[in-house]
Amino acid sequence: MKIKSQQDFYSGVMFIAVGVAFAWGATTYNIGEGARMGPGYFPMMLGILLAGLGLFILFESMVVETEDGEPIGKWAWKPLGFIIAANLLFGVLLGGLPSIGLPAMGMIVAIYGLTFVSSLAGDKFLLKENIVLATVLAIGSYLAFIVLLKLQLQVWPTFITG
Amino acid sequence: MDLISNLAIGFGVAVTPLNLLYCFIGCMLGTLIGVLPGIGPVATIAMLLPATYALPPVSALIMLAGIYYGAQYGGSTTAILVNLPGESSSVVTCIDGYQMARQGRAGPALAAAGLGSFFAGCVGTLILAAFAVPLTEVAFKFGPAEYFSLMILGLIGAVVLASGSLIKAIAMIILGLLLGLVGTDVNSGVARYSFDIPELTDGIGFVVVAMGVFGYGEIISNLSVPEEHREVFTAKVQGLWPTKEDFKAMAPAVLRGTTLGSMLGILPGGGALLASFASYAFEKKIQSKPGEVPFGKGNIRGVAAPESANNAGAQTSFIPLLTLGIPPNAVMALMVGAMTIHNIQPGPQVMTSNPQLFWGLIASMWVGNLMLVVLNLPLIGMWIKLLTVPYRWLFPAIVLFCAMGVYSTNNNTFDVWLVGAFGFIGYLFIKLGCEPAPLLLGFILGPMMEENLRRALLLSRGDWSVLVTRPLSAGLLAAAGLLVVIVALPSIKAKREEAFVEE
Repeated sequence: MKIKSQQDFYSGVMFIAVGVAFAWGATTYNIGEGARMGPGYFPMMLGILLAGLGLFILFESMVVETEDGEPIGKWAWKPLGFIIAANLLFGVLLGGLPSIGLPAMGMIVAIYGLTFVSSLAGDKFLLKENIVLATVLAIGSYLAFIVLLKLQLQVWPTFITG
Repeated sequence: MDLISNLAIGFGVAVTPLNLLYCFIGCMLGTLIGVLPGIGPVATIAMLLPATYALPPVSALIMLAGIYYGAQYGGSTTAILVNLPGESSSVVTCIDGYQMARQGRAGPALAAAGLGSFFAGCVGTLILAAFAVPLTEVAFKFGPAEYFSLMILGLIGAVVLASGSLIKAIAMIILGLLLGLVGTDVNSGVARYSFDIPELTDGIGFVVVAMGVFGYGEIISNLSVPEEHREVFTAKVQGLWPTKEDFKAMAPAVLRGTTLGSMLGILPGGGALLASFASYAFEKKIQSKPGEVPFGKGNIRGVAAPESANNAGAQTSFIPLLTLGIPPNAVMALMVGAMTIHNIQPGPQVMTSNPQLFWGLIASMWVGNLMLVVLNLPLIGMWIKLLTVPYRWLFPAIVLFCAMGVYSTNNNTFDVWLVGAFGFIGYLFIKLGCEPAPLLLGFILGPMMEENLRRALLLSRGDWSVLVTRPLSAGLLAAAGLLVVIVALPSIKAKREEAFVEE
């Protein structure tokens, strides 16, 4: 059998995998019965349903003709990697990583870090422009989140504020 | 007159300086993101949810609602001037609006969109106020079985009317329902699917899901296509006021658009997007007058009707949310989140327990529409300038707001890791051609559905037939089944695909 829609084939696989995982996980909880539904009842039902739909989508992807084979296309690794990395870096800088003894750097440092790393995801990277952008965002966030909304965030690195 | 006294309460709340300010901020932001392609109301409202903690609940909801209908106004500007839909609901406005702009009639096109939207907004607000009371009374008759069936109808409706593969959309709903179940089960106290991670026992924050999937997922997918070169008609906007003939053609189109939009907004799964598509298709079917510009070549009716319809639909889609507590689309799902943050359980009791909030929100929509006309027509030049802001400045800011918003919801970094994961998942969905909006709806409704099913089956001693023996519940389920059958019919299926190909 040939795959006729790549997108549908892999979505089918994904739905089956997730459905089975949830249903299997549900067996570790008390399932109960209709009148006394346990915590596992509803997820078990949904998991089976999802896996069933996944199977159907998988089947359809190998039977129903499509015009172009609905390819998934190339993965945009560069934006994907840098956006997620910027997000993770922001978390690390803002809150610190106690497990490796990294102190919290606070909001301002985190904003600069996030702006630089996420900009790498774009087509062009202009250092000067980024410094300006990060500074604008840092001042804007300080005014909006700390002054106006009074959010409880650490603004400066721990070793400065003590 | 109850209606008038209720609206009076509402205006009393909406016209206080503080609420006027938040309404204004909401409308401003809404227009802003409406004008900018690549960022929609779902992502924006998700980003701002945490920021509304500090506000009083009424102001928070007024602001968030303003973003939604404000985006409908802003979206038309981009559609007309750049031939790029700023919002998905302005897709059809591009067709005739851009042609008008190319013929040097951008002004009348913008005015038709703006005035049509304002009229539709006023009517939508009135309908909302008028229907709220009777529908709420119906809602009080609902038992758990009816609620469960209603949610099924709502979820089915949401996917039937959306674009793309029906079965994949249903699978996405179920995936959303399952994700919604992560965390402590309210009945047994068992922490489900938490993998012994303490943060997960509270469940996955829905801000996390919304921002990861809608915010990050979309940025990544936007960045993966090379920057386009756009032709912007900035210098040519002059002579804003439409001619007498324009008005003559516009007025009935606006009326039809408003009527159709209001009806489709109330339907489960309805809202701005569906309303604009349907009304454009409808307008095209109506006989043109001799000498009228054909559709697709710059007919003013093709701008006025869908723009009125999407605004009317945006407003009336608040009806199922405010009366039944059931969100009909992803934006309304976020509004449920906003209400829960402020400890308001959405549903029929909101009107009696928080009349200030309920009527204040409705009245604010009218005030907001007035503001939007003022914001959009005379200040059009300012919004056009915004279109020249390059995306490479925008997306780091969006990433920042997402990350900041997620962190500040619970002040913990675990959510920041989680949103990264959902960003990846969001991109995966886009790659696999799975629409994320149904997932969010399912995610919101998951715990509610389980609870109602549990209660319904407890009352019936485990007998599933309770769902079909109670007439109201049976009717709702039948309607859901009918929807699926209709969409699956070959002739309709072809039509539906055709309608969405125009995108």
